[in-house]
Amino acid sequence: MIEIKDLHKSYKVGGSELHVLKGINFNIKEGELVAIMGSSGSGKSTLLNILGILDEADSGLYTLDNVPIKKLNETIASRYRNQFLGFVFQSFNLINYKSALDNVALPLYYQGLKRKERNEIAMKYLGKVGLASHSHHLPNELSGGQKQRVAIARALASNPKVLLADEPTGALDTLTSYEVMELIQGINDEGKTILIVTHEPDIAAMCKRNVVLKDGLIIDDKFVEQVRASSYV
Amino acid sequence: MFNIERWQEIFEAIAKNKLRTFLTGLSVASGIFILVILLGVGKGLQNGIEKQFEQDAAGIIEVWSGTTTKAYKGLNPGRQIQFRNSDYDISVQKYGDLFDKNGATYNVWGASIVYGKEAGNYQYRGVNPDYLAIENATVIKGRFINANDLINNEKVAVIGQKINLDLFKGKNPIGEKIAINNINFKVVGVFTDPAGEREEGRVYLPLSTTQKVYGAGDKVSVLFYTLKKKESYEEAVAQATQFSTNLGLLLRGKNSIAPDDESAIGVNNSIVEAKKFYDLNLYIRLFFWWVGICTIIAGVVGVSNIMMIIVKERTKEIGIRKALGATPLSIIGMILHESIFITSISGFMGLLTGLALLEFVGPQAESEYFRNPQVDFNVAISTLIILVVAGALAGFIPAYRAAKIKPIVALRDE
Repeated sequence: MIEIKDLHKSYKVGGSELHVLKGINFNIKEGELVAIMGSSGSGKSTLLNILGILDEADSGLYTLDNVPIKKLNETIASRYRNQFLGFVFQSFNLINYKSALDNVALPLYYQGLKRKERNEIAMKYLGKVGLASHSHHLPNELSGGQKQRVAIARALASNPKVLLADEPTGALDTLTSYEVMELIQGINDEGKTILIVTHEPDIAAMCKRNVVLKDGLIIDDKFVEQVRASSYV
Repeated sequence: MFNIERWQEIFEAIAKNKLRTFLTGLSVASGIFILVILLGVGKGLQNGIEKQFEQDAAGIIEVWSGTTTKAYKGLNPGRQIQFRNSDYDISVQKYGDLFDKNGATYNVWGASIVYGKEAGNYQYRGVNPDYLAIENATVIKGRFINANDLINNEKVAVIGQKINLDLFKGKNPIGEKIAINNINFKVVGVFTDPAGEREEGRVYLPLSTTQKVYGAGDKVSVLFYTLKKKESYEEAVAQATQFSTNLGLLLRGKNSIAPDDESAIGVNNSIVEAKKFYDLNLYIRLFFWWVGICTIIAGVVGVSNIMMIIVKERTKEIGIRKALGATPLSIIGMILHESIFITSISGFMGLLTGLALLEFVGPQAESEYFRNPQVDFNVAISTLIILVVAGALAGFIPAYRAAKIKPIVALRDE
């Protein structure tokens, strides 16, 4: 599903160059649930942004579902993001003047679906994350866990190939974190490929594979025995 | 533009961000409102001053006749020239399009006027309705000579304030009969003239009646004209000079007079006195154009600022939308569509409010130097279009920039 070869990325910070990714190689197959771990500054968020076509690598190969992702213009990048990827962010990033339903329906708007159709699909995914009864609430009327569920529903609404989550539990307390992870595990069980960036070992333990980054290089990549979040909840 | 889905998306954004929409709308509406009021007040002042200085503006052109001083076509000098109706008619036929006011008078000095036991020696003139404006006189009671009087040869008279005081001594003269050289006329009006007693000792009668009852046939004494106003003084002078020359030649030709014999037929052109008026008018217009342009600039700057703030405020939302698959074009389209929609609607509201205020309050604010404030609707609409386009342009730059920034940067924006 995802193939990465010798990926490099550096940023200009002030006058000096900061080499963040120094040659990353790995492949992810369909249906995997991968945790990308590492301390802050290890380059894990940068990697996720490149995978999410939110940012572009300086050199190296990136193939997403057999489509080479290289030197895309903004319009095509937008289309790929819309078709291939679903995002979940640490700070939820819901549009605060839109109801839960409208937030979930937004990626479908950019797919050109009609309003009725959008709302039907959005309602289905809201139901899937257990928030059908909150469809007309605004984000600030929802708890942190509920917001993240809406965000997950939104990420799933366009039926993407890969779900990318950047510290999805970073802003949540432990119990809520496990609830969100339970949801993510459930989605993965249905066959969706999921990547999670996290620095919390307990969250990583709930994935099927752990990739550890340090100073821009992968120092560890192993499959783990998945801890089911439901055992905590 | 006619994508129903986008309209829905925009209406939602507008409805959910009432304060932002309201503030944007308010600034655009008030900008247009102020502009409309300023233009209206400017026009009102201009109208008022125009009225005050109308006699100067008139630039009356008078034509009189005398005796020839040059032999021409076998005719000896010393011939007395008398204007006829046909002299006046030919001028109207040939140059009628140029005229603002025009007419011919038949003047008689030293007529005896009797009312009851009172009598006096005054002057009477056969005139047409335009003559009131030419003399810059004002009717203070009753009415002036009108077109019907001329058509029906009515025996009606409009008397000067001096005659009114002399003969009627405070009594209401309207409807009373006076005898002018033994012929009875009914008084229908009283006028006052800023030139004073000399001109208030006159009686104005319908020209046709005068010619008929005093056996004057088709004789007339003086022809007078004022020309339509021009944009600038220079144009007005050029037009008046040209017309005076041509009219002189026309009438001399018709009466077999040497083309350069100005004693036989003279044309008196007082346009030079109109310079004051044209200058003043120009300054007023320049001033209000300047004010108007400044207002538009202020409006444009205001709209631009609001657009930049809106885009800044929505940076994060733009980042989210881009992450979810919005193309840069759809981002720019969304912001511009919303801004054009709000500025157009609110601008139009401001326009209507301004026009309504001028319409209803304007008449009550009228005074000597301020009358009939109004705004050229086309000017107001053009201003509105300028503001909307400027707002769109001003919004385009930040929208374009926002659409260009990487979603990851936009998402970090707090």
